[in-house]
Amino acid sequence: MSVFFLRRILTLVATLVAASLIIFLVLDALPGNAAQMLMGADASPDAVRALTVKLGLDQPLAVRYLLWLKGMAVGDLGNSYVYGTPVAGLIAERLVLTIPLAIMSMLITVVLALAAGIYTAANHNKLGDVGVMSLTQVGIALPNFWFAILLILLFSVKLQLLSAGGFAGWDDGIWPGIRSLLLPSISLAVVQAAILARVTRSAVLEVLREDFVRTARAKGLGKREVLWRHVLRNAMIPVMTVMGLQFANLLAGTIVIENVFYLPGLGRLIFQSIANRDLIVVRNCVMLLAAMVVIVNFVVDVLYAFIDPRIKVANL
Amino acid sequence: MADGDAPLIEVKNLGVTLNTSRGPAQAVRGVSFALRRGETLGLVGESGCGKSVTALALMGLLPDSAVISGSIRLDGAELVGLPDSAYCKLRGNRISMIFQEPMTALNPMHTIGHQVAEPLLRHTGVSAAQARQEAIALLDRVGLPDASKRVDAYPHQFSGGQRQRITIAMALACQPDVLIADEPTTALDVTIQGQILDLIADLVAERGMSMILISHDLGVIAENVERMMVMYGGTVVESGETNAVFTRMGHPYTQGLFRARPRLGARKGTRLKTIAGTVPELADLPAGCTFADRCAIAEARCRAALPAVVDVGAAHGVRCIRTDVSMAAGGVGA
Repeated sequence: MSVFFLRRILTLVATLVAASLIIFLVLDALPGNAAQMLMGADASPDAVRALTVKLGLDQPLAVRYLLWLKGMAVGDLGNSYVYGTPVAGLIAERLVLTIPLAIMSMLITVVLALAAGIYTAANHNKLGDVGVMSLTQVGIALPNFWFAILLILLFSVKLQLLSAGGFAGWDDGIWPGIRSLLLPSISLAVVQAAILARVTRSAVLEVLREDFVRTARAKGLGKREVLWRHVLRNAMIPVMTVMGLQFANLLAGTIVIENVFYLPGLGRLIFQSIANRDLIVVRNCVMLLAAMVVIVNFVVDVLYAFIDPRIKVANL
Repeated sequence: MADGDAPLIEVKNLGVTLNTSRGPAQAVRGVSFALRRGETLGLVGESGCGKSVTALALMGLLPDSAVISGSIRLDGAELVGLPDSAYCKLRGNRISMIFQEPMTALNPMHTIGHQVAEPLLRHTGVSAAQARQEAIALLDRVGLPDASKRVDAYPHQFSGGQRQRITIAMALACQPDVLIADEPTTALDVTIQGQILDLIADLVAERGMSMILISHDLGVIAENVERMMVMYGGTVVESGETNAVFTRMGHPYTQGLFRARPRLGARKGTRLKTIAGTVPELADLPAGCTFADRCAIAEARCRAALPAVVDVGAAHGVRCIRTDVSMAAGGVGA
């Protein structure tokens, strides 16, 4: 187990370093000088040069990269070009919204997908299977922003149950916040759940064909007991792999969905910062998203070892 | 235990039709036998002859789409058409089965102790701790070394032979009346095969179980069962006391099977004898004797209708209308 763990952590660190390098280089290669952008086309060259020096943009690439890495290590990400306030603070106040949003959508995704996937596999080729699978086909084809608008039309405009946008915050307790994140997280979850349901179904069907399922039946277990006690755990490996990958899609989805629902989250911050050429904010936000994806996939890898006893020995 | 003549298992005119991609297939036709407590019966034949389907029918484990006709009685109680919930109370409890592939027959995610204890927890009122103790005792009995230490190990930590011992322990957990062993040694190394068969024979004798042993290996059948049935194309073509069948093989197929066995000490370069032709497609069986197309002495009336079983000795039946030729001195083409 310890060797397994160590190797996984090394991979994690290497991936993060590679990600930071790519993010830094790509954003640096973008055309346009940040100082010029900030001061406008009419600014005097001297003023632009002065700002360039003040922002540290005159230093060599490698130095700036290392300074950024050092900054991340001590938690000082620099100041936003546009707002002039620390980037770390900007991000922190947005995460209060985006992390609960991501967790809620992931929970909705997993609950919907496992329920649909297990139900359809247990009723393979019956009416329920065909019906639910057709629904997932529709779900996969739905653009999430369009589905979000449909949800707003139904729940906000017609039924007037939930607000069409904005975030209530966590100051008045947990429920107002969750209520305002409900429609956004459902819009994010539907497509992911449709995909994951199909993965779950095929994983369960594959395990159902295994010899040990027949052995379990020969012991006198009913079909349902076999499904819960013997099949699901074996089917979870591919399901979790896809779940880890979907987390990245989900975070990317927040950029669009937070804009649809006027949510002041990380996605909206990235969107606005790109529009404003606030590259220091963009760079740190993208790095954070990358780190979240890499860490979630690390957790998935470690969970494999807890689910499947063969993995500990194989030292993958 | 030895309760006179009442059969423990009585199968009458069993038929199984499976739904295949090529249409309905008559996997088993007109199979009848009775087994008393403590008796052993062998089923022998090539792949696809219906022996495994017969076993799965006894276990009630055929796919939902399979159509079963005839009758299977356990202690007089009809099993055909029994709802699955009632069948679950018998499986692993009164009828157990050992499968061919020990490498895949165990759940890789559960400890072996858990898997051996599972039927005990399912069928008897024991506590988890008692079931665990019982599992250790069973693993010890089937000859798994260090059973008490290895009870919490996972299947991938054992060899094929050890895994087959574990599945045997599992099948025996609830002291079943009937043990069905479907090619229990086919997937094992030759050196292990004998040990596993000896273990099964010891356990069958020790616990007074009845056993149905399925094999394509005539040697295994000859050494391990009192009575045997030779199956071909879903029908029983010959049945009788093992000794009687081996002494006077009546069906041309049994004779072909016997001649096709590999022999030690054969002169180098001697080719293995084979039976000409291939096993008929179950979805497309001929009207008459299923073996007619491969039989050297088949004639027109063999192909007209499925031949009836002819008694050729005490409890020795042959489904052939040409036993006069096949059982004449030397048999067919010997």
